[in-house]
Amino acid sequence: MMSGSEADLAARLEVRGITKRFPGVLANDRVDFTVAPGEIHALLGENGAGKSTLVKIIYGVLHPDEGSLHWNGEEVHVADPHSARALGVGMVFQHFSLFEAMTVLENVALGMDQPGDMATLAGRVREVSQAYGLPLDPERDVFTLSVGERQRIEIVRCLLQNPKLLIMDEPTSVLTPQEVERLFETLRKLASEGVSILYISHKLDEIKQLCGRATILRGGKVVGACDPKAETAKSMAQMMIGAELKTVTRRSGGALGKTRLEVEGLSLASEEVHGTDLKNISFAVKAGEILGIAGVAGNGQNELLTALSGERLAGQDSAVRIDGTVVGRRDAGARRRLGLCSVPEERNGHAAVPGMSLVENAILSGHHRMELVSSLFIRAAAAGRFAAEVVKAFDVRTPGTGAAAGSLSGGNLQKFVVGREILQNPKVLVVSQPTWGVDAGAAATIHQALADLATEGVAVLVVSQDLDELLAITDRLAVINVGVLSPAMVTREASVEEIGLLMGGVHGLDSSPAEEEAAHVA
Amino acid sequence: MSLKIEARPETPRSLLYATPLLAVALTVVSGFFIFLAMGYDPFLALYHFFISPLLSLYGWSELMVKAAPLIMIGVGLAVGFRANVWNIGAEGQLTIGAIAGGVVALAFWGDETWLTLPLMCVAGILGGMAYAAVPAFLKTRFGVNEILTSLMLTYVATLFLSTLVYGPLKDPLGFNFPQSRMFGDAALLPMILEGTRMHLGTVIALAIAVAGWVLMTFTIVGFQVRVLGQAPAAARFAGFSASRIVWFTLLLGGGLAGLAGTFEVAGPIGQLIPVISPGYGFTAIIVAFLGRLHPLGIILSGLLMALSYIGGEVAQVEVGLPQAVTGVFQGLLLFFLLASDFLVRYRIRRRAPAIQAARSAQAAEV
Amino acid sequence: MSLEVVALIILTVISAATPLLFAALGELVTEKSGVLNLGVEGMMILGAVAAFAVAVTTGSSSLGVLVGALAGMAMAFVFGVLTLTLAANQVATGLALTIFGLGLSSLIGAGFVGIPVPALPKLAIPGVSDLPIIGPLIFGHDVLVYLSLAAVAGVAWFLKKSRRGMILRAVGESDISAHSIGYNVIAVRYGAVLFGGAMAGLGGAFLSLSYTPLWNEGMTAGRGWIALALVVFSSWRPWRLLAGAYLFGGVTIAQLYSQGAGGFGIPAQVMSMLPYLATILVLTIIAAGPWKGRLNAPACLGKPFRPST
Repeated sequence: MMSGSEADLAARLEVRGITKRFPGVLANDRVDFTVAPGEIHALLGENGAGKSTLVKIIYGVLHPDEGSLHWNGEEVHVADPHSARALGVGMVFQHFSLFEAMTVLENVALGMDQPGDMATLAGRVREVSQAYGLPLDPERDVFTLSVGERQRIEIVRCLLQNPKLLIMDEPTSVLTPQEVERLFETLRKLASEGVSILYISHKLDEIKQLCGRATILRGGKVVGACDPKAETAKSMAQMMIGAELKTVTRRSGGALGKTRLEVEGLSLASEEVHGTDLKNISFAVKAGEILGIAGVAGNGQNELLTALSGERLAGQDSAVRIDGTVVGRRDAGARRRLGLCSVPEERNGHAAVPGMSLVENAILSGHHRMELVSSLFIRAAAAGRFAAEVVKAFDVRTPGTGAAAGSLSGGNLQKFVVGREILQNPKVLVVSQPTWGVDAGAAATIHQALADLATEGVAVLVVSQDLDELLAITDRLAVINVGVLSPAMVTREASVEEIGLLMGGVHGLDSSPAEEEAAHVA
Repeated sequence: MSLKIEARPETPRSLLYATPLLAVALTVVSGFFIFLAMGYDPFLALYHFFISPLLSLYGWSELMVKAAPLIMIGVGLAVGFRANVWNIGAEGQLTIGAIAGGVVALAFWGDETWLTLPLMCVAGILGGMAYAAVPAFLKTRFGVNEILTSLMLTYVATLFLSTLVYGPLKDPLGFNFPQSRMFGDAALLPMILEGTRMHLGTVIALAIAVAGWVLMTFTIVGFQVRVLGQAPAAARFAGFSASRIVWFTLLLGGGLAGLAGTFEVAGPIGQLIPVISPGYGFTAIIVAFLGRLHPLGIILSGLLMALSYIGGEVAQVEVGLPQAVTGVFQGLLLFFLLASDFLVRYRIRRRAPAIQAARSAQAAEV
Repeated sequence: MSLEVVALIILTVISAATPLLFAALGELVTEKSGVLNLGVEGMMILGAVAAFAVAVTTGSSSLGVLVGALAGMAMAFVFGVLTLTLAANQVATGLALTIFGLGLSSLIGAGFVGIPVPALPKLAIPGVSDLPIIGPLIFGHDVLVYLSLAAVAGVAWFLKKSRRGMILRAVGESDISAHSIGYNVIAVRYGAVLFGGAMAGLGGAFLSLSYTPLWNEGMTAGRGWIALALVVFSSWRPWRLLAGAYLFGGVTIAQLYSQGAGGFGIPAQVMSMLPYLATILVLTIIAAGPWKGRLNAPACLGKPFRPST
């Protein structure tokens, strides 16, 4: 894939001694690496390793505190994304830089510095999207598109500007396995045309498949470089994590108890303007069991979670049962009192109030089950004890329970909110993305705590986009796609291909915007 | 050396309470230059504006009389603002409260009993609540923005009051002036300081502020209000009903404004007239912010804003300053306060020069 | 009713609607960029008093109009510094702007109460303007009326067709996305806020120089707030805004005429409540209706943004 020997050519991009500080965090610490022309170079690291910060610096969104960037051997100052694009750098963001209420064409034009007139641009969008197998209809509004289609907008927008370096920030976290395969084909084609690709990911298999070289970041520092094809996934993981991997221990084959959480025919229209409606969802979780729900982001996971927690009420009382009690029309407080605790995906502003102390955040969801309120008055001492207990049991790093939730790092806050629910002795625990953004050690602690809960007879439901996580800790697994939940399968017997197809769903790749587009052109 | 602005991970309390003082200081300094530009002796004008009202017992009693409605309304509004409920129609709720209390007083006219005054207060509270219930209903039922509805209702309330005093409630022996009969003695608030206009309502206003502090700090209701304001999704997650909180804050704000209106007509005014309040309902918005939405802080900011009214009057008499200066001062104060908030939320740090930092990095490597 | 009377009514409706149209159109652009400026009333009344004071002092109403717009803009600049540069709460800052504007305007206007003002120039096309009915109806207005209509067309074109308009919408739709692909969110918003201020100032100038050519304390009488409601009513669409402004102009005039006609036995004050009650009614219908007017609201409306660098 690399043309010529590396030493002959000036590196297309060289990063020298880049350092970037944020309040309380050293995001990048004297980072050095190079990317050659036509190379697919992986930037590998865990969540929080500093990958996104680094590529935002290369693209001019952020400015480094120290260090320099060199382009084809010359030092460059990338003041903003316009100058990055002028050099020939294109970027596909992890959280897309798209405008939902605007059309594909407008979105493309906004990402270009010389878009020309709109009619010509529309033609070029069609050309490029056809040439690279990225079907797109320029006239569609973005909010009507799937996540995969949205990513195509970002890629096409870059390609229209003939980039020399394409940065892809975690591009596959929102794609089905089949979509990933298609993306890789496109990237290989681009590389063969001489485009350098900087590929950011924490998924080891993908990097082995796609990349010629990898630079590994940990805690903001470069901790190694390797040829991914010569390494095993495990050896790269150890470089990335810097410790031996722990495995979750479960008392396997434990007898399951009675059904604790039962959902039957749950349909609910999304409140969000561009959200996903839940369609006739049914499943049951027994005491002692962990059920996983896999799926690509934005397929109704958040809607399902709020319908289970009681933040939104179902149409019928019988849609949700806790230990046999119908609760479909009862609010979150009532469900908590019956024993259903939940952890939503978003920590800041949903699971926790960033401006409030940990004690107040303990009251937030703890006051129903932990007797923290008596006749309208808050029992401050009891709340303080509960918060301290969570901090201790889950090793939350904080100066004290009086610290604001927003001042904690993402991983520590995650430990706090998960711990807060687990320590309430729930009968049913519904948790979304339990280890999002926490380091490997903390992830292992949380996984172990979930396993222990199940062993104690709690029914646990884990919603996650991390398939590896679900395969590791769940007993059964179902897949959600456009608001429809597949029947659950036994995790041990499930194949990744099968799950991948379900994640793509009936509305997957071949609902072909290409055909619609053809119709449009005709 | 360059400067770098970054968000503070946590709000320092000291700054939170120090910045209102900074805002007041900046307002006084601007006042100095405004007076200078208008051709007044700035020292003399500032003296009459801010100092001379405080040199007599009468001045202090007037300060309390003007601060009472500001504090009562400010506390009610602050609870709403904490929940992100923007009731800016307190002026209208005050007016309706005054009308309701006044109608009771006039209904008992000539036959007042000990019950008259308590009934007036209840009517005032209910009137203010009913008026605030309109935006509450429209917001919770249809999602109509309460800012615009509560404000529009203020204009309606003022017109309604004028309809009444020019029409059905006009004093039959009042030479056709647009005003009601004077209320009977039993329909007036008892005075607590001989020779001044300081009435029972001033003490009640202070008690309300303390009660507001207890509500917001120690009860689950106050907690719900704060959570809803800071993170609505978290409030839902915790099982707090947003629409109940919206209703609660609007009814509380409306009720307190209504009571303040009744106190005005049963206290310093003693009858219904076309204009009952010199904009207390709007000034109370500034009072709430200046007091950092904290009921005890609102006592202090209420006194300060009362001073801006009295100072305006004194300065008008003594140095011929136009009364409108009061409004300018109030607006300026709020501007400075909002600007100084930046210091509370962000900090400015020096960034070491790049070269030096690179050198020290090299040194570290060697 | 004779044709002349109808023409006269239409004329007054247009002139009652024009200040609303100016102010609301400016606010529409401001809101499209994601900024909610509740200080329209304050900017408008400062524009009114500034325009009036300059027109009286210099004898030039055109200069007055210009200064009115600049005064609105100056107020908007203060708003911009607070909300955009210092990331202050937009609702509170808008309220502060209104309180300050009302205070400052009565301070400035104290010496101008009861003084007459030179008239605004009318569009006078020889021959055509003298035609009966059609003449005054189409060609007989102040220059500002035509300017307001041209502004509607201009804003509609700008938002829909121009690249700058597209960027402005993008900034209002997602400030984070716009920032990450390299647009200066704060600069775009400053532009929109200043335009909003200038338009509110023009609305105020029209009010004090043409609609009621006299200065009165608090003479905007809530028109700035009604303009805010009109933006919601229009679902952020300029042509619908035009319709809304003329509808409200009609309500205002209907109230004046019925008072003139003896008010059908209804006290004048009750009739004066009409525009305010109509505003509440319209807001409720828009919010409660089956149409999804809110779909068109800029997604970042009212949210503060500070870029990290």
